[in-house]
Amino acid sequence: MKLEVKNGGFGYGEHMILKDINFEIGKNTVMTILGPNGVGKTTLLKCIMGFLKWKTGECLLDGKVMSPHSMKEFWQKTSYVPQAKQSAFSYKVMDAVIMGLNSKQNFFAVPSAEDYDKAYQVLKALGVEKLADKHCNALSGGELQMVMMARALISEPELMILDEPESNLDMKNQLQIVNTIERVADEFKTSCLINTHFPNHALKISDTTLMMGYGNKQLQGKTLDIVTEENIERFFGVCSKVVPIRTEEEKFFTIFPYKIAK
Amino acid sequence: MNTKKIFLQNIYTKLLILFIVLVAAFFFAMCIGRYDITPFDVIEIIIANFKNALENMDKIRVNVVMQVRLPRILLSMIIGAGLACSGASYQCLFGNPLVSPDILGVSAGAGFGASLGILLSAGSAVVQIQALCFGLLAVAIVLFISRVQKKTELYMLVLSGVIVGALFEALVSLIKYVADPQDKLPAITVWLMGSLASASYQKVAIAAVTIVPCMIVLFVLRWKMNLLSLSEEEAKSLGVRVDQLRIVIIVVSTLMTAVSVSLCGIIGWIGLVIPHIGRFFIGNDHRGLIPACIILGATYLLLIDTIARTLTAAELPLSILTAIIGAPFFAIILRRTMGGKG
Repeated sequence: MKLEVKNGGFGYGEHMILKDINFEIGKNTVMTILGPNGVGKTTLLKCIMGFLKWKTGECLLDGKVMSPHSMKEFWQKTSYVPQAKQSAFSYKVMDAVIMGLNSKQNFFAVPSAEDYDKAYQVLKALGVEKLADKHCNALSGGELQMVMMARALISEPELMILDEPESNLDMKNQLQIVNTIERVADEFKTSCLINTHFPNHALKISDTTLMMGYGNKQLQGKTLDIVTEENIERFFGVCSKVVPIRTEEEKFFTIFPYKIAK
Repeated sequence: MNTKKIFLQNIYTKLLILFIVLVAAFFFAMCIGRYDITPFDVIEIIIANFKNALENMDKIRVNVVMQVRLPRILLSMIIGAGLACSGASYQCLFGNPLVSPDILGVSAGAGFGASLGILLSAGSAVVQIQALCFGLLAVAIVLFISRVQKKTELYMLVLSGVIVGALFEALVSLIKYVADPQDKLPAITVWLMGSLASASYQKVAIAAVTIVPCMIVLFVLRWKMNLLSLSEEEAKSLGVRVDQLRIVIIVVSTLMTAVSVSLCGIIGWIGLVIPHIGRFFIGNDHRGLIPACIILGATYLLLIDTIARTLTAAELPLSILTAIIGAPFFAIILRRTMGGKG
């Protein structure tokens, strides 16, 4: 599938939070939307997913303009991973994962034995099958985020949209989420659209990046061309160094911020 | 290993135990009262009734079982189940375990309809119909007020419910203020506290054809209710048609509450307490919670009503008992579950 945003804009009253957003994401791509807190990254995702209405522009799914009526088709191909948070009513992890199958089931469907098997397989594929029997509200933030990923993957989506999936987690859990996204893109052939405010994660996992800054600034292109010392200073207000890192297995770049820019 | 069976077996066992308790409560309630009857008599008479062989049996016993106790017990079970289910589904709808069926003003509206009927010296059938109509009208007004720009937000629903509820409660107070304190005021007061004393097979039939189908609808949607209780955006992203599902649940729950209130007055507490007790036993999964609410609600109102008719020579109003017995019980359960987690 191909998802395009054309001339997207959104705001409350006169103040435009988003302006002239144009991008597309096709098969087997990982794209990050990178920017500091409060530039409208989450708002952008909400507009794409139809939770908020574009003020200008539109979204196209495989070349067709998306409308409230086409959302069913959209959700059959797309999964959304929200930021993990505890809910008022807690369910078992297995049941929470099975909920991900709903977009392909009819109005009266109740999970079948196969659905349970499928859910267990997905948890196993993500290496968190030991959580299967637990209650969601008894999980840590990192574990809950993995359950949310499993819920998104069980429907075998073509595109997964993730809203800052790693932002409230500790180092190890952040890496686990980042690694899982890499694996999802590789093994499941799922495209990913990820909101993040960590330039390092963008560097590590994404092919393309849309960088957003205050005052409707934006830049987009190949991640390596976008996440540069100069752009980080412009968009994040931070002086940094791009440093090559060499480990036994791989070689990659990382960003080291060292002071707040004048 | 983690098949569906293993996951649900636990729930089925618990439901079975709850059901056995209900059956025991049924026989207990049938036997207790001013006229003593043994459980065997009850079974014998009910079987004889199905075989049309009642002529040979003790007339008084048959009368007590078939005409006095059975309709009242059946009505209490249906109404209790309905109110509990309605509470559970409203809690699911608002994603908030503190919600009760009164939240959209249905009880206040029905209370006004009934009070008005009593004030105007209308017959009991008219009082019932008025209660039903005003209960539904109150919710219709709430739905109308809360719909802004073709969209209904949950907080708008709650606030509209508060507004409409306050309005109708004030109107009830007005009627009480002007009502004749010799006969009409006591009648209104008693009605507003709920009673099953006027139970009849006709009322059982009305309850059965309205409340039971509503419960079936909720049971069919039991899995979807799990999804609906997530945040609105999550539910939408999982492909749930949130608006449709909400309307179905509002209509069904409102109808159940309105019918209950119109048949036997306002019975508080059940819609709030029973879903919690259900969550305590079964958990939040509506696949287990809805059947549990049906069984527990039926058991609870059945027992409360048995106490209401046997504790003193005069009938006690139900709302007084549901709260006096329910409040301490609820406190214990809440402390145990630490406010609904788990």
